[in-house]
Amino acid sequence: MGYRFTAAAFNQLLESLREKYRVYAPTLLKGKGKFSDTDLVGYAEISKIEDVVFNQKSYFSPKETFYPVTQRLFYFNENGFSEAVVDEKGMIVFLRACDIQAVERLDKIMLENGLSADYYYERLRNKLKLIVMDCQESFDSCFCVSMGTNKTENYSASVRLENGVYLSDVQEDIEGLFAFHGETIEVSPKFVESNKQSVKVPENLVLESVAANPIWEEYGSRCIACGRCTVVCPSCSCYTMQDIFYDDNPKCGERRRVWASCQIDGFTDMAGGHSFRRNNGERMRFKVMHKIKDFKQRFGVHMCVGCGRCDNACPEYISLAHCIDRLGKEEAGNRG
Amino acid sequence: MTINTKKVMKNAWRITKDRNLTCLRLRVPGGHLPVKLLPLVQEIAERFGNGEVHLTTRQGLEIPAIPFEYMKEINALLEPFLEELEVNIGVLLEQPAQGYPAAGTRNVVACIGNKVCTNAVFDTTALAKDIEKIIYPNNPHVKIAVTGCPNDCVKVHMHDIGIIGQVEPLYDAQRCINCQACVKNCAKVSTGALSIVNYKVKRDASRCIGCGECVLKCPTGAWTRGGQYYRVVVMGRTGKKNPRLAAPFLEWAEREAVLRLCNNLYDYIDKHIDRSLPKEHVGYILDRTGYPVFREEMLKGVELGPKAKTANYLDFSGYTYDKKCLFD
Repeated sequence: MGYRFTAAAFNQLLESLREKYRVYAPTLLKGKGKFSDTDLVGYAEISKIEDVVFNQKSYFSPKETFYPVTQRLFYFNENGFSEAVVDEKGMIVFLRACDIQAVERLDKIMLENGLSADYYYERLRNKLKLIVMDCQESFDSCFCVSMGTNKTENYSASVRLENGVYLSDVQEDIEGLFAFHGETIEVSPKFVESNKQSVKVPENLVLESVAANPIWEEYGSRCIACGRCTVVCPSCSCYTMQDIFYDDNPKCGERRRVWASCQIDGFTDMAGGHSFRRNNGERMRFKVMHKIKDFKQRFGVHMCVGCGRCDNACPEYISLAHCIDRLGKEEAGNRG
Repeated sequence: MTINTKKVMKNAWRITKDRNLTCLRLRVPGGHLPVKLLPLVQEIAERFGNGEVHLTTRQGLEIPAIPFEYMKEINALLEPFLEELEVNIGVLLEQPAQGYPAAGTRNVVACIGNKVCTNAVFDTTALAKDIEKIIYPNNPHVKIAVTGCPNDCVKVHMHDIGIIGQVEPLYDAQRCINCQACVKNCAKVSTGALSIVNYKVKRDASRCIGCGECVLKCPTGAWTRGGQYYRVVVMGRTGKKNPRLAAPFLEWAEREAVLRLCNNLYDYIDKHIDRSLPKEHVGYILDRTGYPVFREEMLKGVELGPKAKTANYLDFSGYTYDKKCLFD
């Protein structure tokens, strides 16, 4: 069912939704850019639809809203532990089609990989409702069409701004509030059918050949292993654990889980001081192969959703899209 | 030929090696020049000079080899230049068609700042223009410079007043992934103000100089930019007696305080200058009055703001050219 909203009507809808949900969307965070006097489009809780940035891609991905950078799991003392309480409210997140596909990738790793689902992920994931923001035009660095992630049907509602009104296709009306606040109209979400760049993901790569390819040496000389590509990636899921013992009472403490990055020093540190992939090029190879080969081998879909955020974030101007294409061309003669 | 050299020099014309020729000095506050003014510079250089222009060490332009007789005519031609670069930013010039009314207080220089540079923590040209508005026109020989970060590309440490941007970094522990990029980098390129405590970053505010490196290095946006402040260094100089780097005077001062300070400098000079000399450089005035008097008079009526700190003493480095001390 489709609905049309004036800004005022949509804001009433948001007000009603916010009684039971926190609503997150890409917003303009003034002065929060890396460089002085620059802004950043990032995720924050919103109260009105005008706060949503439709005409730019968010720098950070939506994953931080339901998979927090730092998540307290439980508190402990000498007698036992108690689980950290989660917010009672649900979460509604505005995001793009590719981002929704990325949520599905995270679900595969966190819920379907291994014998049991990740409890701490699942309890937040179950509170999540997705609102897809239509993509009326492709942004620089997007290559979703190449990855087949430019469309989705997995959403509660869609939203786009068109001629001053907001148009929604509603698959699952949250508490019946879209129907209550909106005016019925035929709506189907708009997704891009082409990007400014296209990428051909190579099939049947031979690992030994890929590992021996000298492009990793070149990327290794450029990459500074800062981890930005993984931090902004909507489908990167790696984390580490931190056990904290409180300074003034070391018998009490907390366990928290924090995002980690395969690009950053320490990721593969092992007991005894051994670690893998010390070289930045090796780390990049590992990440690229996970994004376009290993994940698909296990789950049937590529991990990379072609959002291009890693391209935008890289301070050394390394482009994953370009790397994938280049790898395909260089390995063309070495297919298994 | 008869000319009043003092009037000529005050009007921003030079006395030069060639008895018949002068050289025109153009101010470019903050070092940023709209190119629409360049044809005028070209015209003056080609019609009256030798077709060349010198880019000065203080970001101004000098047009050499102009016969003295054209000064009046060129001053009138210059009006659009003065209108654009002085009057339009708020400098009070009574007769912009008669050229520069003073030359003692030099052009306020600035690094390129955050118009371009990733390190700069603020718009240096904008502050330079605001300072120009306060200190120009003025006769005392004063040099002021503005730089966007402690790298000090514009060498504010060689100035009477040097202003260095500072940004207070804000830390959101929730967003920190303990990559330690900020900690390692701060230790390597800045002051080592950051350390890891319980997998999160602790900042020693007494060591932090507000360079913003932590913000630049942070992949997650855990470090972001907070308030904009300024570090002020004073009384650096070159010269034939005792070259020295400027010494830290204030840090974490607010913009208004910096502007007020520049204004107070002129009262201080006026009160203490040795009028028996043709000119006295303000650094030597400080040497005579001592720091406590300087501090009191510079900070008169200045609201430094809650975060500002004032130096207990001026920690000068430098050396003397007195050969009896230096060489056998």
